[in-house]
Order: sequence, then C-alpha cells, then structure tokens
Amino acid sequence: MPNEHRLILKHADQAGYTPDIECYQRHGGYEALRKALATPARELPDGKKQTPQEVVRDEVLKSGLRGRGGAGFSAGLKWSFVDRKSGKPIYLVCNADESEPGTFKDRQIIHKDPHQLVEGMIISCWANDVRLAYIYIRGEMPHGARLLNQALSEARAKGFLGKNILGTGYDLEIHVHRGAGAYICGEETGLIESLEGKRAYPRIKPPYFPAVLGLYMSPTIVNNVETLCAVRHIVTMGAGEYARLGTPNNTGTRIVSLSGDVVRPGYFEIEVGKATIGELIFDPNFGGGLKPGRKLKAIIPGGSSSKVLKAGEKFRLKRKGADGQMVQVETDLLDLPYDFDSLQQAGTMSGSGAIIVMDDTRDMVDALANLSEFYAHESCGQCTPCREGALWLAKGLERLSHGGGRSEDAEYLLHIAQNIQGRTICAFGEAAAWPVLSFVKKFKDDFVARGKADEEARARGVVPAHHH
Amino acid sequence: MSFKVPPQLEAQLDELATHYPQKRSASLMFLHALQEHFGHVSREAVEWTAGKLGLQPINVHELVTFYPMFRREPLGRTHVKVCRTLSCALAGSASLRRHFIEKLGLNPSLHGPQTTPDGAFTVEFVECLASCGTAPVVMVNDDLVEKCTTSDCDRVVASGRGKGGTR
Ligand SMILES: Cc1cc2nc3c(=O)[nH]c(=O)nc-3n(C[C@H](O)[C@H](O)[C@H](O)COP(=O)(O)O)c2cc1C
Ligand code: SF4
Ligand code: FES
Repeated sequence: MPNEHRLILKHADQAGYTPDIECYQRHGGYEALRKALATPARELPDGKKQTPQEVVRDEVLKSGLRGRGGAGFSAGLKWSFVDRKSGKPIYLVCNADESEPGTFKDRQIIHKDPHQLVEGMIISCWANDVRLAYIYIRGEMPHGARLLNQALSEARAKGFLGKNILGTGYDLEIHVHRGAGAYICGEETGLIESLEGKRAYPRIKPPYFPAVLGLYMSPTIVNNVETLCAVRHIVTMGAGEYARLGTPNNTGTRIVSLSGDVVRPGYFEIEVGKATIGELIFDPNFGGGLKPGRKLKAIIPGGSSSKVLKAGEKFRLKRKGADGQMVQVETDLLDLPYDFDSLQQAGTMSGSGAIIVMDDTRDMVDALANLSEFYAHESCGQCTPCREGALWLAKGLERLSHGGGRSEDAEYLLHIAQNIQGRTICAFGEAAAWPVLSFVKKFKDDFVARGKADEEARARGVVPAHHH
Repeated sequence: MSFKVPPQLEAQLDELATHYPQKRSASLMFLHALQEHFGHVSREAVEWTAGKLGLQPINVHELVTFYPMFRREPLGRTHVKVCRTLSCALAGSASLRRHFIEKLGLNPSLHGPQTTPDGAFTVEFVECLASCGTAPVVMVNDDLVEKCTTSDCDRVVASGRGKGGTR
C-alpha cells in the first residue's frame, strides 16, 4: 500500500512544531545553509573548475528537480539560463501567489514551516549570486505574510540573512511583497510587472524571458515555494540521494492537493509517480474513497487549468518493457502514476499538483460553468481572444446551465475555445480553453442533451426546471 | 473622514519604499496599508501615494481598478468573502452565500460585493482562496473559516453585529 513520504512537510503537522526559528533549528534548520556555504570548489574530470556556487547549481540540475508551480520545468536548467554576463543584478522571486483553483500546498509550508522556505531561498540566492530577492505572496494570505516577515527578521537576527551572512561576506536581503487578489499575478511575467508596481499584464516571450529580461529588465529567477524548499533538501541529501526518491525523470517528493468528492480531502506528500491516481483517490492513506453509493465521474488532475479526465478513460503509456525496449501499455485512468510525464502522455498535466474529484451526482455543465466564470473574471484583458473569448465562454455556459441552452452550444463552446488557445501572450489563454475543450469533448452528450432539453422546453412554452 | 496619514504609518511606508530599487514597486504595499487604515482607497489616498512615490495619480488609480482587493468605497466592518470556485461550489458555497445574504437582508440576485446600510457587513463571492481541501471556506476580515457551516455563518453575523463604530 503506498504511503506518504514526507520530506518538505516532515514536521509541519507534528504536535508542538511551531513556525519560529528556535523550533526550526531544533529540527536541524539552517544546517543545509551552513553546508551549502561550506561547499568546496571542485575540479571536474575534464579539468574544468567549478566554484562552490556552480557546484550547488550543478547538484540542483543533477537532482532532476522539476518546478512545482505548474509547468514542471527543470529547476537546474532554468537556473542555467540566467544571464550572468549582463553586469546587471540578478533577482530571485519566490512565487507564493498560490491561486490555481484546487491548490493549497504552499499555504501549508508558509503557515507551518516558513523558515524552510526562507532557508531554501537563501541557498538558492547564494548559488545564483542574488543579493536582493522577494517573496510574492497572494494578498488573501495576510497571516502568511506576517509569518514570513517574522521568519525573515528572526533569520536576520541570527545572521542567516542580511549583511555578511555567517561571516562569509555574502550579503542578501529578502522582502515580502503582497499581491491583491488577481490570479494572473501567478504567471511569472505578470508577477514581475506586479512587483514593479504595475498592472499584472504578462509580457511577451520572446524577448522578455525572466532569465534575461525580468524584474527591472534584469535577469530574474522565478520559482515556486515548494521548488525552493526542495533545494534545501537536495543540499542536505545530495543530488543522488534526492533523485532516488520518486521515479526516473520525475524525482523527489511533491505535495498533492486533493479536493472535491472524496471522504478525506487534504494534502499528501508523495514520491513523484509512486502513487497512482486511483490510490490517491481511494486508498485509506490518501483520499479514502468516494462517499457511500457514489461512483467516480471525472477528475481534474493538475489544477483547474488542466484537461479533465473521465472515469473509465484508457491511455496508452510508453513504458520500458522487460527486455528494455519501449512498449505501449494500455492504462486505465485509475492506474496512471501521478507524475509529470504520465499525465502528459494522458493528454493532460499534473500542473500545480491539485486533483479535484467529481462523483456521479455532479453535472459537468455546471462544473465547467463554474470554472469558466473564474477565467472570465481573471483574464487580464490584454489579448482580445482571451478577454472576449473567456467572457463568451462564461456567458454561453451560464446560459446553458440556467435553462437557456441550445443544442448547438457544445459546438459553439468548442469553436470559441479553439480560437483562444495559441493566440495569446501568456498561457492563461490555454488555461481558459483547455477545461472547455476537454469537458465538452469528453462529456459531449451531457452538453448536447442539456441544450436540447432547453430547446424543447422553450418550444412547449415552459421555463426549464433548472432555471433559477 | 478627512484624509490624514498618521506620522507613524507614514514612517512605516517610507521604510517599505526602501525595499525596492525603484520606488514605484511599493505601490501595492502602500495601497494595502492605506486601505487597512482608512477602510478603503480614496481619491486622496491615490494622490498621496502617487506623490510619495513620484508617480502620476493615474499610475496608482489603474492599480486600484485592476486588483480586486482594493476598494474605492468604504467596506463593512466585517468583510465576508465566500469562495465560489469549484471545490467550494461542490461543497455548497452557493447556499452559504445565500445564507449570509438573507440573514443580512441583502439582495441574493445581485452580483458583486454588497454592504449593509449600517456599514456593519460587506458580503461577496471571491475566487479560490487556496484552501480547497477544507471547503467550503469563507474569509472573515483576515481570518479563514474552514469547512464553514451555516451555524458558523450565524456566529460571524452575531459577532459582527456586536462591533460598533466606523472604520
Ligand atoms: C495563468 C497562470 C497562473 C499561474 N499561477 C501560478 C501560481 O499561482 N503559483 C506558481 O508557483 N506558479 C504559477 N504559475 C506558473 C509560473 O508562471 C511559473 O512557471 C512558476 O512560478 C515557476 O516556478 P517553478 O519552476 O518553480 O514551478 C502560473 C502560470 C500561469 C500561466
Ligand atoms: S492570455 Fe489572457 S491573461 Fe494572458 S496576457 Fe493575454 S489577456 Fe492577459
Ligand atoms: S475552491 Fe474554494 S478555496 Fe479553492
């Protein structure tokens, strides 16, 4: 039976564990920072020399750590793209905007173990020659912001942060910056604009890759809270040991947020790919199954922007066979290992690690209407296909879910969504389109039937029953 | 209320502005602090912030209209934000909102934030509050009410009615 493997959340929920620095240090806190700062330079077999900072960056690359914020991009590679020759300062920003619907893992770290994030950040900043860094926390977490500020001042008082950190001559300042309720601030270039004191209008890439032209047009690293915490453990364990957790190309642990129609919703830290979707939903160690008498209808596997998966769906996954050759294995939705690559092969993504479960009492039209209202509200409005399209989707779905549907609505919704994706400045366009494309295609009968029923009711001159 | 930033708050804000190589970056933090103090962001607060940060008022005004947390009108003393996004909706957030609205004599068919005439409460639907595992959730001022029930709503209303004065 699979179990949690708590690395980042090891202490968070233990009785008596508190967010102050004394408690953190009693549990080995800031030892990873000391270890990182004491890293010796090394000479590679080919004679190339690595500075201590390069050694740590190399470890992060070798650990296989992939970003936990959404895109699952290699953290070490991202760091390697940083323009170190521009002569401009390098900034690091921790993305603590946590606003992808379904996701509530960074909240646990920030509220229960803020020093772990601070330590992960200090190490990451040192390894990347960063002297000024920010934590961008969503506005609706005022207590989290206070806890982080408290943690930063405790770290300063102990010499882990500020001038001449632990006598090494390295200076670093970290500040907390609060957002103000806009989802698009989670998108890294929107976040940067917002941190510059502007509307969070995402920037177009190219040329505005944060690693080259980020905050104040300087090279900038944006990493998620959980990613930065993982760095602390990579330093403690070493890249090799860390990479033994999880599965090949999907290393380490990750915190899964599970919500919706399960008996035990909550957050579960697993070795990546070592639990299947079925286990996460049904195992007593995780979701504990559905409510009595219910059947699974659908799951949203990686935050609300990921494509929905339908109960009973089968996927063809590439797997290494007994003879070492790659073979295609037919895999049921419930048997999908929860990792980056399997979900991608299933045509969706593990995104922010958030699973939303829906049972057979749920109406897919209403569920999609709910999500589309979110995207209509949150579009920043810069690109016409996104601004208008997200609104049309929401209006179409509102009508369809409130008795004003037409049988051609399913096609109409698909048409709009297809005209958003790929035509926008940022990936929000896909985030708004993908739920619609997947819900309507996979549950087409539900959408068509709903529209037909409304048409017939109108023809008979009655107001449809679900009109309210 | 006349607009006067107390010296202590101004000193705090001056310190905040030093956190950034470019002062403009401090705009959101200024607006949060001013909203916390005055209950909303007035035209004067926008102009004052612009003056302090060396900006045109429009640079600040466009933030107030973009970021949902900033309010141009005074808010109720108890500010209730009911999460409406999917996980909370599956757990019954629509009926929670209706419960608040009816209990406070507000209009259930209106969208957007609504404030009671006595200025005691503002109720609104907001998007995912990053606590979907304890849905449905409601934020009451700075505090999160997890697995919120109708009796939790009643408690919030009762204690909000007990709070007098203006913000
Ligand atoms: C619309 C949108 C919203 C996003 N929201 C978040 C968020 O709330 N938190 C987050 O860490 N990343 C979010 N991301 C991903 C970030 O753009 C970025 O990839 C991430 O912070 C990088 O960190 P990582 O490499 O450590 O994952 C979002 C992306 C998009 C397109
Ligand atoms: S895709 Fe949408 S959210 Fe992204 S920049 Fe364009 S309008 Fe803004
Ligand atoms: S959906 Fe309500 S907190 Fe996420």
